[in-house]
Amino acid sequence: MTLSGSARWALRLFMAVGLTFIYVPLLLVLVNSFNGDRTFAWPPRDLTTRWWSAAWENEGARQALLTSVQAGLAATAIALVLGTLVAFAVQRFAFFGRDTLSLLIVLPIALPGIVTGIALDSAWRSVMGDLGIGKGLFSVVVGHATFCVVTVYNNVLARLRRTGTNLEDASADLGASGFQTFRYVTFPLIRSALLAGGLLAFALSFDEIIVTTFTAGPGVTTLPIWIFNNLFRPNQAPVVNVVAAVLIVLSVVPVWLAQRLAGPEAGASRT
Amino acid sequence: MNAIKLTGLRKSFGTVEAVAGVDLEIADGEFFSMLGPSGSGKTTVLRMIAGFELPTAGTVELGGRDVTRLAPFERDVNTVFQDYALFPHLSVQENVEYGLKVRKVPRKERRERAEQALASVRLTDFGRRRPAAMSGGQRQRVALARALVNRPKVLLLDEPLGALDLKLREQMQVELKAIQREVGITFVFVTHDQDEALTMSDRVAVFDGGKIVQVGSPEEVYERPASAFVAGFVGTSNVFTGEVAKALFDRAGTFSVRPEKIAFDGDAGAPGVVAEVIYAGAVTRYVVDLEAGARVVVVEQNRHGSPGTGLRGQRVRLSWHDEHVIEIPERKEPSDGA
Ligand SMILES: Nc1ncnc2c1ncn2[C@@H]1O[C@H](COP(=O)(O)OP(=O)(O)OP(=O)(O)O)[C@@H](O)[C@H]1O
Ligand SMILES: [Mg+2]
Repeated sequence: MTLSGSARWALRLFMAVGLTFIYVPLLLVLVNSFNGDRTFAWPPRDLTTRWWSAAWENEGARQALLTSVQAGLAATAIALVLGTLVAFAVQRFAFFGRDTLSLLIVLPIALPGIVTGIALDSAWRSVMGDLGIGKGLFSVVVGHATFCVVTVYNNVLARLRRTGTNLEDASADLGASGFQTFRYVTFPLIRSALLAGGLLAFALSFDEIIVTTFTAGPGVTTLPIWIFNNLFRPNQAPVVNVVAAVLIVLSVVPVWLAQRLAGPEAGASRT
Repeated sequence: MNAIKLTGLRKSFGTVEAVAGVDLEIADGEFFSMLGPSGSGKTTVLRMIAGFELPTAGTVELGGRDVTRLAPFERDVNTVFQDYALFPHLSVQENVEYGLKVRKVPRKERRERAEQALASVRLTDFGRRRPAAMSGGQRQRVALARALVNRPKVLLLDEPLGALDLKLREQMQVELKAIQREVGITFVFVTHDQDEALTMSDRVAVFDGGKIVQVGSPEEVYERPASAFVAGFVGTSNVFTGEVAKALFDRAGTFSVRPEKIAFDGDAGAPGVVAEVIYAGAVTRYVVDLEAGARVVVVEQNRHGSPGTGLRGQRVRLSWHDEHVIEIPERKEPSDGA
């Protein structure tokens, strides 16, 4: 496609504006977490790590970080197991309702979080509660898993599509049992897809707030919820900034890693 | 003892009958080719021998043992796949060692045997490379080494030369044949290239529509085709039927004369007009419309340089020796006993 000069400039401008809107506020949060001035005067006159140690000493923030990590790891673990199994089922076997299953797995990422939230909330009220399982960390993990499964599923499915079954046939032909074939051929081939999917799943879980609001029990506060609760308390502002900075780093790094993992190998995975 | 024995082998995919009753015995140490048009069931037969596909009916015996229901890894057979199927995440050396590794052969022996196998396909210094960093012909040889290193009783090759250019292809044909003679194992070689099948094989099976329509030595299949299909598929062939046959051969039936067995003859022979002259390097092909009502192909060696196209439109007479006339049995059903 060729564009006229002015169209090219307009596109560049839009891109610059878009990127500015996305990244300048993020940068601001990061810088302000070191801003020596309590009212975040701009430009910052002196830099300090005071807020970082204050945040570290803040019991609520620390507890929220722990909860978020726990929820993220658990949801990612569930996503890895379920997402991989379903990807294998959909890719390798023809069965009744296969396309429907595929759609059902992918749907939660398209559904508004609020719908998922309300659905899970009422499920917990009407069913799980009666079973004696109250809301708590577990319900948050389940809520996050609904959309985390998709990222693993999509990554693994794409990889399986690309590699096909020929290599597994070749392995069996050379005398490998089913387990050996999985260990030496299938797993190494999908490993980076699993890692990429898992990192994305963790990042998604880590900064989720809507579904979390609906599924968290009374004592459960994740990092985003803690931020939200403390956002409007003026004396907490510097600490909130630090926590937000942590949140940014902890969600951006996995996504960046996942991109790098999925990127270069995508071209070279087939002989 | 037979290396392979197939009895009443059938395979259906839904409503498609890919293999419709195949009976076949392949002797130990034989270079056996399966030749046939696309979709005739060659790959499916191969996959049933290897164990990737469960037959709908019939049995597969290897070395006198019924293996019909055994998994691929329980069979003493190795396959060279059409697309090579080399493991992209392993080095060439690791690829070749794979079969030994999963069978728990000690590391030292593994290494030595893999090096030997790589040497036998003339890839001695390529062990550390990744398959992606090799040419098509080199990959093909890695696939061969990876299969041979296990010393299987039977090696199955599914159009292994299909992706190579003509030069490399001819070179690999010679090499494959030499390797087979050296190691003395049974080769089952699938191809749809008739020249390849004829030059390399001890015996050839011609497939059509999921059945074997003829089995025999290359000479038998070429010189005495069992049906018009075989005559047409194996080599170019001029097939005459009905009135034309009666006019040319003075009797009813179906006859065939190979293009290279027909000569231009000044005075005697069947009259016709040259419709086309096709120069093809070593030979020239002439398409001649006979007055008797058939179009025939004549091939002549270019012994005296290029013939030019001067013959086009000329009236000629064609003749052949009686012993080169192949009488094709009418409508003979393939030998599946059905
Ligand atoms: N897994 C499958 N599912 C459905 N149909 C199949 C399957 N495998 C093969 N077939 C069909 O069975 C028939 C025989 O296929 P096969 O691959 O054995 O042919 P082939 O002789 O190897 O052809 P080619 O020379 O093109 O490789 C074809 O009509 C094919 O479409
Ligand atoms: Mg085939």
